[in-house]
Amino acid sequence: MAGNVVGLAEIQRQVMWNRLIAVVEEQAQTMIRTAFSTTVREAGDLSAGIFDLEGRMMAQAVTGTPGHVNSMMESVGHFLKKFPAATMRPGDHYITNDPWLGTGHLHDLTVVTPAFHRGKMVGLFANTAHVIDVGGLGMGPEGRSVFEEGLYIPIVKCFAEGRPNETFFDFIRAGTRLPVELEGDIYSLCACNDAGIRRLTEMMAEFSLDGLAPLADFIFENSRRATEAEIARLPAGTFHAEIRSDGYDEEITLKAAMTIEKDRIIVDYAGTSPCSTRGINVPASYTRAYSCFGIKVVVAPEIPNNWASLAPFEMRIPPGSILNAPRPYPVSVRHVIGHLLPDLMMGCLCQTVPDRVTAEGSSCLWNPPLRGGASVSGPARGNRPALPDFEIITFNSGGTGARPTRDGLDATAFPSGVRTMAVEATENVAPILFWRKELRPDSGGAGRTRGGMGQVMEIGARDDREFACNAIFDRVKNPPKGRAGGKPGAGGRVALKSGRTLRTKGFQIIPEGDRLVLELPGGGGMGDPLSRDPAEVARDVRDGLVSPEAARALYKVAIRPDGTLDPSATETLRRANRS
Amino acid sequence: MPSSRLAVDIGGTFTDLALEHRGRRTTLKVLTTQAAPEEGVIAGVHAILAAASVAPREIDLVIHGTTLATNALIERKGARTALITTAGFRDVLAMRNESRYDQYDLNLVLPEPLVPRHLRLTVPERIDHAGAVLAPLDEEAVHALIPLLAREQVESIAVGFLHAFVNPVHEARVAAILAAARPDLLVSLSSQVSPEMREWERFSTTAANAYVQPLMARYLGRLEAGLRDLGLAAPIFLMLSGGGLTTVETACRFPIRLVESGPAGGAIFSAHIARQSALDRVLSFDMGGTTAKICLIDGFRPQAAKSFEVARVGRFRKGSGLPLSIPVIEMVEIGAGGGSLAHVDAMGRIAVGPESAGADPGPACYGYGGTRPAVTDANLLLGRYDPERFAGGKLPLDRTAALAAVNQTIGAPLGLPAEMAALGIVEMVDETMANAARVHAIESGKTYEGRTLIAFGGGGPVHACRLAEKLGISRILVPSGAGVGSAIGFLRAPVAYELVRSLYQRLSSFDVGAVNSLLAGMSAEAASVVAAGSFGAQVGETRTAFMRYVGQGHEIPVKLPARALGTDDVAGLRAAYDTEYARFYDRPVPGSDIEVLSFSVIVSTLPEELPPPPAIAPNGAAAVPAYVQSVRDTATGAVADWAVYPRIALHPGSRVSGPAIIAEDETSTLVGPGWTASLDGAGYLALVQEAL
Repeated sequence: MAGNVVGLAEIQRQVMWNRLIAVVEEQAQTMIRTAFSTTVREAGDLSAGIFDLEGRMMAQAVTGTPGHVNSMMESVGHFLKKFPAATMRPGDHYITNDPWLGTGHLHDLTVVTPAFHRGKMVGLFANTAHVIDVGGLGMGPEGRSVFEEGLYIPIVKCFAEGRPNETFFDFIRAGTRLPVELEGDIYSLCACNDAGIRRLTEMMAEFSLDGLAPLADFIFENSRRATEAEIARLPAGTFHAEIRSDGYDEEITLKAAMTIEKDRIIVDYAGTSPCSTRGINVPASYTRAYSCFGIKVVVAPEIPNNWASLAPFEMRIPPGSILNAPRPYPVSVRHVIGHLLPDLMMGCLCQTVPDRVTAEGSSCLWNPPLRGGASVSGPARGNRPALPDFEIITFNSGGTGARPTRDGLDATAFPSGVRTMAVEATENVAPILFWRKELRPDSGGAGRTRGGMGQVMEIGARDDREFACNAIFDRVKNPPKGRAGGKPGAGGRVALKSGRTLRTKGFQIIPEGDRLVLELPGGGGMGDPLSRDPAEVARDVRDGLVSPEAARALYKVAIRPDGTLDPSATETLRRANRS
Repeated sequence: MPSSRLAVDIGGTFTDLALEHRGRRTTLKVLTTQAAPEEGVIAGVHAILAAASVAPREIDLVIHGTTLATNALIERKGARTALITTAGFRDVLAMRNESRYDQYDLNLVLPEPLVPRHLRLTVPERIDHAGAVLAPLDEEAVHALIPLLAREQVESIAVGFLHAFVNPVHEARVAAILAAARPDLLVSLSSQVSPEMREWERFSTTAANAYVQPLMARYLGRLEAGLRDLGLAAPIFLMLSGGGLTTVETACRFPIRLVESGPAGGAIFSAHIARQSALDRVLSFDMGGTTAKICLIDGFRPQAAKSFEVARVGRFRKGSGLPLSIPVIEMVEIGAGGGSLAHVDAMGRIAVGPESAGADPGPACYGYGGTRPAVTDANLLLGRYDPERFAGGKLPLDRTAALAAVNQTIGAPLGLPAEMAALGIVEMVDETMANAARVHAIESGKTYEGRTLIAFGGGGPVHACRLAEKLGISRILVPSGAGVGSAIGFLRAPVAYELVRSLYQRLSSFDVGAVNSLLAGMSAEAASVVAAGSFGAQVGETRTAFMRYVGQGHEIPVKLPARALGTDDVAGLRAAYDTEYARFYDRPVPGSDIEVLSFSVIVSTLPEELPPPPAIAPNGAAAVPAYVQSVRDTATGAVADWAVYPRIALHPGSRVSGPAIIAEDETSTLVGPGWTASLDGAGYLALVQEAL
């Protein structure tokens, strides 16, 4: 009987752990339903979690994007430092967008809310969301310090015991191009933490809990043990890799030395380029987020995110390097560099577990921030009509890297977890037109498995009037590399339709009568292209994704004039190439 | 309404039939004949008519639902289909929303588009968001495709142009050109199949319609002929995913609207019981062998949605299927059923499903060679089933096999005795269902407090009490005839048709004329579809606007009066929206304008008047148990003797106090500790939890 009592307690702890993950999932879903910014509701750029009284994350919503994995987790500690738990009251909500205390740029708001049960504080809920506008220069790399990048919100109370801090909301409304949306989003973030608290207190009543500490211990112990077990399966050693980014005005090197020990993984970024003068710098918490994601997706993908499951991953990031930019360096588009980190991590891991990693992919999102109207064209410069004012961003992706047994995904976000919006929806809210948005043939790197194809986008303003793009693109001069003999994917291209190449980063005008053409990178290939099944190559040729010329040159596959595979000519070609 | 109705629901394994003739109901299950489903139907119809001694010509109405369209999409056995689309947008079906449905699976698989790239054909044309033609249709380019269609042996064509839901002129022109050149080809236009904003969802729906159309048209033709040969003269109606019935002619034009009609029947079954029992707020819970389905029913109407996903490749994962924008009954399908398999995950936690033992080998206790523990094995070890009496004694259960499976996979690794491991499995599957139900409520802006759970399917009544406890629900209804619930639901379905159209409006600049003309057109179209099958029955009309604050994410449905709107109605619309919004999210957003994205019109025959269920004696006698079983309670872990009552031995008014089991051939109703059950006047088991 004693064994059964212990057994029941064990099972109930497991149930409560699952319930906690469900609670934070409800919290995230509430945010998606009520948010105003398209970045949250359409793109899913958000995160939600619950924390114990020491600020350690117990559970994180499955919904959301990896950039917030441990950046939001670290954030709660900063809130508790400024507002100790003893000073917190029911109905309080605290907020910040400080890139160094939150999730890396001013566009991410983090809200922390204490949870009370039977009059006693038992934990905290936190969430993070990417909002559309916080004033300043707007999303883009042009700022030379964080002060130019928008409204800076230190950790403050936005609601005190349920009452809005009207002075705070006055500042917020005055400091943004979209006051209704920003205020609505803050209300939504607070409401979603409230929803989490309601569910938590219901659970505590159901299981007769006074506090969360024993449950936290159970979660942390099991998570840590499971993560360490996965690390122990990896051959130990130190593995080096580097990756290059196009940078803003000069190329940037990211360097990593990954040491795998019995129960932890340490990444040292010594040798990484110093900070840039422009907003592509990365605060350390965001570096840790995408490094952790890159390791975890290979090493321990099934283990839920929490303080203990992330603890065995340690990052040593030289201060002043572009991966540990101090305040007040500009950081608005830190994702351009941050999104390369999983590729860098897999560059190390492929030396020890080559069958578990992917080739490099397009990786950093190719989101064109588009703007038009008076701020671009003047009220009526040269007496030409200007567009109505607009500011919009769509979330777009090139190809992902080839997988060990599968091709990369065509035009799909990785490592970011965001979704794109429908062209029809975008055209309904801004005076722009997409003239082309389809896959980009021959862009996926050749290999036994090929890289995912990039895409081509051609964007114009209504009546082909003047507009602007605040470019934040990468992988143009430094295309995604293949692995194990796979070829690189095609690099990206940013250009005017009339032909002139544009810079990959920075504010640029698309003149009247012209259009913006974006060719997004393809993913790298994996394995020798000559070992790819000729039937697969022929299928890609039939589908117009691989040209007959590329099939012949890269895969040594012969295609007949009618488009079908020529097996004997292929065999001859391949044999000639092997010998 | 016609007095003799016959319903036929084709499922994956069984074809269920339900016949109502002069107030008497007969039901029958026959095996589905996968290769030619109409053969099973015709054999079943023949058998049920014989069993009920009803002549074929006495049947007034045949109602039919089938998984054929769904299966064709899942198994990719539809027609060779081409898509003709706007130049520059060849890959809308392949690029989806550019995202992954699982952030942590590097080996993720996305569903292949129904139309391969070499059959996705583009022609120059462009219409803008307001419907203006920016580039005329290049008709030469359309003509130039015709030889290719022949060469590639294309059987069915989808046409999808950007913004065609605003201005369908180019799609219509392509249809006319194709009709002239190839009158044998079936053509689906996005502006007709799914006239709503968002190109991926619209093109996906149109492609799916084209993909299943030839198959469904042939099947329905054969079925109609077969039933006529049997001597049935009655009209045949098809069950729609939205819960209404339509004619064979409409079904042949828009066969995509037939997917998921079986589950829709289950929801209508629940809705009917709710109306009969005057239950305003219900959670329908149907748990079978591989999945559980839940549906919220308010005001006797299953929750409606405008879209869903079919053929998910990622094991019930949202985002892993093909999106369809059609009116549907909103249901959540959870990978949790009697056959769901349990394992221990990396964190040492018991996890259940979505992998299922299916029918072969089935749970270990079936004795067909299964060695991994399923939910049914765990229920058996907890003492919830009598191994000799399972499925009316037709499938004796092997307790030893269940014990071995649970011990080996769960008990030994976790150091738990088998009974506690079994408790863990059941508790975990109940928790999984409860969590999915909670998230669904959040997504729907609804709550569970005060709802009644209507539980059916083989597993529903077994798991209902614990699920209810986890959701804070204190009333449960277990209907009779639960094994053929969908077919019975078909008998209750109204003849109805729903149309959804996008028309962007802001309340601050609401164009009453444009909205009225759209709604009047939709109303006339829906009414004409319904008139073809309503035999002059009285119809009602429901109009809905899908509204949100400008810039906000999710639309909230707001009822409109079923008449032409006037400018003075706009203030009322705003007030109605604010009220609905505050009900969902606590606080309205001051100063925000409101936008309308789309409108829906439903024309439906009105439900029959239901006689109140016969009154029952107030002081029902306590029923007498047949025997007792030793059962372990999953909430407390305590073992006790639970009294077992055969359901057929209960009479209206009979009362049973928990803990107890009410056994029938198709399922067992568990009456947990603290619950009491009684048989009501309609023959349903009503379970109530005593106030704690």
